[in-house]
Amino acid sequence: MIAALATPHIDWFALSAPLALLAAGAVNLLAAVFVPQRDRRVVAAIVCALGFAGALVAAAVLFEQSAGGHGVIADAIQRDRLGALATMVVAGAGILSIGVSFREPMADDHIAEYYALLAWAGAGMAFLATASTLLTLFLGLEWFSICLYILCAIDRELEGSLEAGLKYLIVGGFGSAMLLFGSALVYGATGRLEFHEIAQVVQQQGLSHDALLVTGLALVLGGLGFKASAAPFHMWTPDVYEGAPTPVTAFMSAATKTVALVLALRVLVTAFPQEARLWTVTVAAIACASLAVGNLAALVQRSVKRMLAYSSISHAGFMLIAVAANNALGGRALLYYLIPYSAMSVGAFAVVAARERELNRPVTFDSLAGLGWERPLLGMAMTAFMLGFAGLPLTGGFVGKFYIFAAAYRHGWTWLVIVGVAATAVSLYYYLGVIRAMYMRPAEELQLAPVAGGSPPRELALQTAVAAALAVTVGSFFAVQPLIDGAKHAASALPF
Amino acid sequence: MNAGWLTTSLILLPVAGALAVWVLPLRPFAVGSTAMLVALAEVALWIDAVARFDFDRTGLQLDQQQSWFSDLNVSYHVGLYGFSLWLVGLTVVVLAAATGYAFWAGRERPRAYYGLMLLLTGAIVGVFVAQDLLLFYVFWEAMLIPLYFLVGVWGGAGRLRATLLFVIYTMAGSLLMLASVIVLGISQGTFDLVGSGSSGSDWIFLGFVAAFAVKAPLFPLHAWLPEAYRESPPEVAAVLSGVVSKAAAYGFLRIAISKFPEPVSDFRTPILVLAACGLVYGSLLAFRAPDLRGVIAYSSLAQLGLITLGLFAVNDLGLNGAVLQMVNHGLISATLFLLAGGIERRAATGELGRLGGMARGRPALATVLMTTGVFALAVPGSAAFAGEFAILAGVFQTGWGYAVVGAIAIVLAAMYMLRLISAVLHQSQGTAVPDAALDLRPAELGIVVPLVAILLVLSAWPAAITDRSFAGPFPSGGWTSYAQKGVP
Repeated sequence: MIAALATPHIDWFALSAPLALLAAGAVNLLAAVFVPQRDRRVVAAIVCALGFAGALVAAAVLFEQSAGGHGVIADAIQRDRLGALATMVVAGAGILSIGVSFREPMADDHIAEYYALLAWAGAGMAFLATASTLLTLFLGLEWFSICLYILCAIDRELEGSLEAGLKYLIVGGFGSAMLLFGSALVYGATGRLEFHEIAQVVQQQGLSHDALLVTGLALVLGGLGFKASAAPFHMWTPDVYEGAPTPVTAFMSAATKTVALVLALRVLVTAFPQEARLWTVTVAAIACASLAVGNLAALVQRSVKRMLAYSSISHAGFMLIAVAANNALGGRALLYYLIPYSAMSVGAFAVVAARERELNRPVTFDSLAGLGWERPLLGMAMTAFMLGFAGLPLTGGFVGKFYIFAAAYRHGWTWLVIVGVAATAVSLYYYLGVIRAMYMRPAEELQLAPVAGGSPPRELALQTAVAAALAVTVGSFFAVQPLIDGAKHAASALPF
Repeated sequence: MNAGWLTTSLILLPVAGALAVWVLPLRPFAVGSTAMLVALAEVALWIDAVARFDFDRTGLQLDQQQSWFSDLNVSYHVGLYGFSLWLVGLTVVVLAAATGYAFWAGRERPRAYYGLMLLLTGAIVGVFVAQDLLLFYVFWEAMLIPLYFLVGVWGGAGRLRATLLFVIYTMAGSLLMLASVIVLGISQGTFDLVGSGSSGSDWIFLGFVAAFAVKAPLFPLHAWLPEAYRESPPEVAAVLSGVVSKAAAYGFLRIAISKFPEPVSDFRTPILVLAACGLVYGSLLAFRAPDLRGVIAYSSLAQLGLITLGLFAVNDLGLNGAVLQMVNHGLISATLFLLAGGIERRAATGELGRLGGMARGRPALATVLMTTGVFALAVPGSAAFAGEFAILAGVFQTGWGYAVVGAIAIVLAAMYMLRLISAVLHQSQGTAVPDAALDLRPAELGIVVPLVAILLVLSAWPAAITDRSFAGPFPSGGWTSYAQKGVP
């Protein structure tokens, strides 16, 4: 009986990135038992970093060797440059997040499990980035989501951490259910799971106005919207970002958004080209809603983490403009922008984490006072991240926004450019507010003192991560050409 | 070596200086002297550029082009025209004077301060030499970042409100310009300013005009101006009013006028009317302003109105006069702001009601302030007179009404400048003026006298600029034919 089941050929190389991360997680679980507690933090972090580094290298090689994309393992996953590029961004964000995590004041007893979960979350994302059927899509999504649910709640001594995990679990579960239900409807309408076969069947059978299919598409879009924290599926974002340990927030904000948006692009373009008229408008509407909600709510925040959470909602809006443009330029814009965006996002949360540890309390705008002068590297880096988020020059954020608006204009949607420009203008208030708090208000005025009373501890790992994020943020402005070429090659895996 | 490197090094030298000041652990004095040296080296580079520039040749000179991202045809393209050369000169001279003033007055956190000052130099020079739309926008925005810090950190008590207002106004304008840049660049297929043709779209034109009109500022978009000029350190106010406002006027000239022939003729009347309103309104406000900086700030609003009149006359006289007046006003208002800074240091206030009688026993201050003031009110024979005369003659060809308004404004300029001079130097000794207040020190003289000396040279030889700003066919057909062809 068993012999009659034809097992598909398995391209292990295409799976190398998730495998490296799975292995790192497994080693870390062993370390949780075999490595003595005082060494565990260092060993676990190094193993996890090696896993992410391995994934990064594997993805880079895969990128180099997968010029023509093709399905592997019975077409369950797609081996192409799009997935490889997204994996590289995720792995980069993972490495930076480890630097942020390293000195996080967290109980030592579960530290190896923390890094194991971080690696597995990365594995899930790397797997999801290559998904090419509705089943692998759901599998990858749940895989990394479950890891993140636990990561959000892992620091039991942190106020709000458990609550954040629970909130994320419930709302995220709802999002996954939507995605699954949508997938079922699409399967019901077309009888296919593979993205490109769905498109073929829809075309052959003229299903493009089929109610079941369109409903399914809407639900799939909603499910991905939850993960990308786009409005109106964003409700969990501020609470979870605020409550979760800051290194986890840093990883989530960069990596989850990356895979969710890349997957949204892949699904929409590959599986539903016949419905393009519908979903471009819908995605544009979601983008506008995200821009409005994110920017307006961010204006009134006092907590920096909440502000960054709303900023991440508004950036989901910006990047969805690129998806809505539904052209090669839009794909390029999205894939380029994800690189500096991830660096800025991890970097900004890293600076917040540093300040948290220094003051031993949640960071508000007021408690940033004087940071720029006391810690020149962190201050300068945070300035660059905020300017980058605001789309000002000398950062990759500027080029990213420029490409996104250019893509919207090429699609013929000048109004979307205007909306994006208006949203950028609003966002300046709170991004520059961070800079104002750091440099223009003296700390003495607010009577802040480090917890220990002395100078804050030097955190080499965190500072290296911040410096690396700064280098990517600024470097992506000057070295646009190689990055755009990479994004172009990756986007050419999609049938634009 | 390719001559284009000269233009590039005009941008890179101050930026490199900024990085050096930030990274090297220098003592405060060494930081100031490094910044000063770099600023002077920048002036030397500019003189070299003037020496190499061929004023009889048409088209872009000392240019350099390097692809930045090729899929949208964006490139690093810099170069100089005659008029950009003069504006770059204005920039490097005023920035050197401002750096010198800061060095003399002493600023807290010197490494950050001088680094930002140098960065600002590089960004402003970049605006004047960029020949690619996106590059222009990059420098335009890059200019804002150091200014934000310089006003927000080293400014007066109301600096937070002033910077907020300044940034919101300028960014609102700039982002409209970004939309215009994208639409124009994508629809033309290239972002190159030299290689692209003209456009007939009113909306794109208005996007650019919005950005320039806010930055200049043009009436009625000047709400940010008095606070920003009052709350800045004096040398930053000198840069803002002397140079940054000229970047906006340059934008009108290089982009709005040269790329949009039809929209310019459509919107010419409203722009000229607004400029004339700003000219009169600014002059009246300057006459009523209660403090030194207020007078200079509002006179700056008036002068930018005048320059805009000259630009949108779009004929040889108006354009040449506008370029000359840009340089004049840059030097005059920078000198006045630096002098105002010196007076405020002595009297601890800029309120005209509490100043007075400072001429007695302070001959150097009296001479320099008087000379600059006389330049500012465009006494016949001065460079400002030449500039204003050319502008008025130019705009007269467009409509005699504008010239009449301009002439009235020149009378008003005499009123507010003489009021300023009299309130500071003459009358009875003000309550805020201590007897011990010193005359201008040699260092201060060393900073402002070169600026005044340049004005004297220009007074003797205004043709140095008016004959050397526009050579030949730019835009296609030449400025003269452009003006004749068309714009009714």
